[in-house]
Amino acid sequence: MADKVIYAMYGDDDVLKDGAKKLVSKGVKIAEVFSPFPIHGIDPIIGVKNTRLGIMAFLYGLTGLALATIGMRYFMVGDWPMNIGGKPNFTYLDNILAFIPISFEFTVLCAAHGMAITYLIVNRTLPGMPASNPDPRTTDDKFVMELRMSENAGFSESELEGMLKDTGMIELDQKEVK
Amino acid sequence: MLTVILMGVGFLFTLIGVFMNMNDDHFITRFLSNFLVDSFFFFSIGLGALFFLALQYATETGWYATVKRVIEGLTGYLPYGILTMVIVLLTLTFMHGDHIYIWMNPDYYSESGHHYDKIIAGKRPYLNEIFFWIRTIAYLGIYYMFYLGFKKRSLEEDRVGGTDIHFRNYRKGALFLVFFAVFSSTSTWDWIMSIDVHWFSTLFGWYVFAGMWCTTMTVLVILVLYLKKQGYLPKVNDSHIHDIGKWTFATSFLWSYMFFSQFMLIWYANIPEEATYFITRIEEFKVLYFGMFFVNFAFPMLILMSRDAKRNARILTLVGILIIAGHWTDVWIMISGGSLGANAHIGWMEIGMALLFAGVFIRIVLTKLTKAPLTPVNHPFLDESIHHDI
Repeated sequence: MADKVIYAMYGDDDVLKDGAKKLVSKGVKIAEVFSPFPIHGIDPIIGVKNTRLGIMAFLYGLTGLALATIGMRYFMVGDWPMNIGGKPNFTYLDNILAFIPISFEFTVLCAAHGMAITYLIVNRTLPGMPASNPDPRTTDDKFVMELRMSENAGFSESELEGMLKDTGMIELDQKEVK
Repeated sequence: MLTVILMGVGFLFTLIGVFMNMNDDHFITRFLSNFLVDSFFFFSIGLGALFFLALQYATETGWYATVKRVIEGLTGYLPYGILTMVIVLLTLTFMHGDHIYIWMNPDYYSESGHHYDKIIAGKRPYLNEIFFWIRTIAYLGIYYMFYLGFKKRSLEEDRVGGTDIHFRNYRKGALFLVFFAVFSSTSTWDWIMSIDVHWFSTLFGWYVFAGMWCTTMTVLVILVLYLKKQGYLPKVNDSHIHDIGKWTFATSFLWSYMFFSQFMLIWYANIPEEATYFITRIEEFKVLYFGMFFVNFAFPMLILMSRDAKRNARILTLVGILIIAGHWTDVWIMISGGSLGANAHIGWMEIGMALLFAGVFIRIVLTKLTKAPLTPVNHPFLDESIHHDI
């Protein structure tokens, strides 16, 4: 479905934040904000949900813990019982103290890598992926707010542009997307 | 009211404990061990608060400004904590250690003694009453001086404003941390590690320090929640409580890390003179010792992991009270496990004295809180703290 996207550019993050507040209070839905740095407090204004990355981190950590336990159980106890310093090696539990540091490290490794890779995939910013920001200046010192016509069916294009102009933006652009 | 009940119940339990065990051979040792446990435990909460305050000064932290007075209220127990420490250490010195500090007893260190012990005699240059008291007075005196200075400047800031006091606090806070870095280790060696006089562990000071920090953060979060519920801290929002909850969570991990590091290294090396400490603890207090580790590690880890839990007053209070009990047990096993060994157990007297001290502690802290405005007036980061949002 063809859709029309309006981009409004701002020179200051506080102006953008105040503008977003005004627009949202009038019932406008803001699809996205592009910014060179995280704008504190913008998430609740434009209705971005809390991240679920923490839950994924926990699951990745559990995966790491399970893998480490299975691996060490097999290498050090099952396949070939290792005698290190005469420590008990008949069962995993007898020697569990020696395995805890590795379990911990592997948990952290899996959680950290899993989290970083998930983050890059969800944001579509893996190395080599095409950039999705509408204007290269949003990586420098400009801020862009994106509105989608399909999400703002209650407003006409000129109405939206009129409201945007009242919020102190410095540039307006629009694009047809598929 | 609560504090009066706590003190009353504590006193009653202590009396029951005293009458039940009066004819016991170990009665005096047991009583003094308990006195030392509770003196040290509550003293360490006040000291932990002083350390935390100095840490905020030295790092020029902003978010804590609205809870600053609560931290200072906790440091208000410090003079009384110092007093109880001095009383119990003086009593022990006059009683030649009374099985708690056996290195104070000439029977152990002089060659003509019945229990002459070469190792204790060899430690005489460090572990003797005079040097012990020089060090103890240095620790307590310097802590007390910093406490007075922090208190004076904090109240002065309310009147004067400006940033001069802030930068003075910054320098004094950093200076305190320098002293504390050394003293937190050595004071623990003197007061607690010397009970197991043959045993030594370089990690022990940090271990006790981590437990102390964790207890302080837990007490702080409960106190802030209580005061907020009573409506005394209108400027404190969920983010502040979340942050203190994070401190509780993080310091619990720090403590567990220290516990495990010390335990695993000694277990792996398996050198008799080091392993003896854990052999006593595990043989005599297996359930308490590992139960205490489980409570202090697993509860905060599993329950306080999520963001919502750290913002929930009920969960924080419940976990907090469990952790405080866990850390008290930790201190009790460290001290009574060393002085009484197999004869130590938690009975009326232990619980009673802990409740009595807790009642006095809460009463003093709450009284101290009334002495100054609960929100600092001219703190340079006050505005930042009011808008704290994470």
